[in-house]
Amino acid sequence: MADRAQPLSARAGIWAAAGVAALIFGAFAAVIWRAEAGRGLGPSDWAALRFTVVQAALSALLSVGFAIPVARALARRRFPGRRALIAVMGAPFILPVIVAVLGLIEVFGRSGWVSQALGFLGVPPLQIYGFHGVILAHVFFNLPLATRLILQGWQEVPAERFRLAAQLGVDRWAMTRLIEIPMLRKVVPGALAVIFAICLTSFAVALILGGGPRATTIELAIYQAFRFDFDLGRAALLAGIQIVLTTGAAVVALRLGQGDSFGGGLDRAVRRWDATSRLARQIDTLWILLGTVFLLLPLLAITLSGLPGLADLPSSVWQAAATSLLVATLSTVLVLLLTLPMAVAIAFGRDRLVEVSGFLGLAASPLVIGTGLFVLIRPVADPMALVIPVTAGVNALTVLPFALRILVPRVKDIVEGQSRLALTLGITGQNFVRLVLLPRMRAQLGFTAGLATALSIGDLGVITLFADPDIATLPLQIYRLMGAYRMEAAAGASLLLLILSFGTFWLLDRGGRGHAET
Amino acid sequence: MLRLDDAVIANGAFRLQADLEIPAQSKVAVIGPSGAGKSTLIEAIAGFLPVETGHLLWNGREITNDHPSTRPVAMLFQDGNLFQHLTLAQNVALGLHPDLRLSPDDQKKVDAALDRVGLAGFERRKPADLSGGQRSRAALARVLVQRRGMLLLDEPFAALGPALRAEMLDLVSELVSETSATLLMVSHDPQDARRITNLAVLVAEGRAAKPVDTEQLLNNPPPVLRKYLG
Repeated sequence: MADRAQPLSARAGIWAAAGVAALIFGAFAAVIWRAEAGRGLGPSDWAALRFTVVQAALSALLSVGFAIPVARALARRRFPGRRALIAVMGAPFILPVIVAVLGLIEVFGRSGWVSQALGFLGVPPLQIYGFHGVILAHVFFNLPLATRLILQGWQEVPAERFRLAAQLGVDRWAMTRLIEIPMLRKVVPGALAVIFAICLTSFAVALILGGGPRATTIELAIYQAFRFDFDLGRAALLAGIQIVLTTGAAVVALRLGQGDSFGGGLDRAVRRWDATSRLARQIDTLWILLGTVFLLLPLLAITLSGLPGLADLPSSVWQAAATSLLVATLSTVLVLLLTLPMAVAIAFGRDRLVEVSGFLGLAASPLVIGTGLFVLIRPVADPMALVIPVTAGVNALTVLPFALRILVPRVKDIVEGQSRLALTLGITGQNFVRLVLLPRMRAQLGFTAGLATALSIGDLGVITLFADPDIATLPLQIYRLMGAYRMEAAAGASLLLLILSFGTFWLLDRGGRGHAET
Repeated sequence: MLRLDDAVIANGAFRLQADLEIPAQSKVAVIGPSGAGKSTLIEAIAGFLPVETGHLLWNGREITNDHPSTRPVAMLFQDGNLFQHLTLAQNVALGLHPDLRLSPDDQKKVDAALDRVGLAGFERRKPADLSGGQRSRAALARVLVQRRGMLLLDEPFAALGPALRAEMLDLVSELVSETSATLLMVSHDPQDARRITNLAVLVAEGRAAKPVDTEQLLNNPPPVLRKYLG
């Protein structure tokens, strides 16, 4: 097929995509080359593999299982604050893992709110560390995601369906069978697969709440082989297993998943006539309350416990915050420089680029890439000296698939709508970017930059492999404070981290929308 | 007989006034410029939009605030009239029992309805396997078993070609006569209106007028309608 004339070349995007692919495949290759496969898997490796799969499966099932009634309640009720609640359900995506986990510990931990309440009843306190703590944290992060995905399924049911059902006077069970089950059958497999894939690469949650032979994920095992034993061969072997696992899960997730929870219009309430009975209303209210409380309680806990410590934070925390901002800025610039040309190339019909890069983003776990980069860098330079660019780069890679999903549809619109006019006026190349593309993409660029910055500020992943004791990002510093049992300082620093990640997201997203055209 | 008694219908910020009577067993076209509120009128009668003030009466019984399922109304929408994952027989059976638990007698009714609309032998097919005309027929078969006093059409045949649309309209007309029902049909095409209706309600400028003879209205249209008909 001969290409149509276009105001921009796809070449830059193809180079960007090739660079990303080369980096990821290079890291994979280094891992496989260095892996000591001959040694085989020890019992603790098998345990890590089993735990990784079991916890991911259970987390996915529980998240989706609870999301079904919550999404149903949200879909058929209208109440003040509904819009805000649905917006808040997007928040865990940029919520730093370590902040959420600290919040969960303060609510569900041994001396947490729930344990104290149980203490009054003479019930022994809860134990959050271990298997169920990891699951709890994963459900906390993924229940809102699952709810948004299923809510999107409800949203896509044509309004005529509800009208038809109302006219036929179908009862609750018929409603379930006629509308809800067919909808769930389309949405649930994708939601399960995505959450399973996300939980497979869980590192920070397992680092803080897990550990030990019964609650170590492969990601955590890679870190331990690295940090504790400095056994690069074993780390690479584990990374190889992780590649097989995540690649398989990513194939399934991409095949099944169609929705993305970034889609707008989730707050639109479709008029419904079913489920008007008091019981149905009470059940829905209960689910909405439970979902809201579960989501907001840990955030409230971290805010309350962080406030006293916020006033006199140790200087190491401020230093770490500055490092985090530097890493996040580098990472965000890198994300935009890579994804904008890639989005243009995709909009010009290089569709396969999306699939490849989206796929690599899902399949590449940060610690695997980190291990690979470590292996590659060590012969030429001191990996510890490159901690900041490596962390920024790996953070950028993890944001890449999300950034593309935000940018590509908009670039497609612009190219379809305006490229012929631009061509007749001779607006091409840099002029097209400056006069047409960028001004019309402010909102999407702002949102992307906000996501990239917030995710990078809150990331506790590859930095743990590369950091020497003198350097830390804010999440790593919080982890070290926790390890030293300086809980008040850790809580204060967590509140600072929460403010930084949500604050930068808000600023960038808003900055983009400031002059947004509709 | 359907009566709208000083009714004001709310559709977002839009308000439509209606004070009129539709005689029993009449066939009525709802005509008017785009966006004038034709669908608004139909949807309020079906119970999908609220009547803010005034009353809606069916044979003297107040139905203003009734649930859509308890109104004497069957309605066909522009699309989405069939559930894609159910067979035709199941889709039709929904009109009898929304839980799809059918007695042998009900089963016969379903088969008879499908037979009546020319879809005998299609019981086990799903909507995706059918042509547009066949899907319309299946939806009409469900209307047939619903046995409601009134059939409301919101341009369900707009996507069909002219010949097929005429065929469907004739079938609708026959079915409405056979079941002694009242027909209310939103129409963009004066030909469609002439073809099967005897009365017409003009919806324009925020009002639904009292029904008048279809031929007369179309032959001597008031200025607002003339502009629309061109």
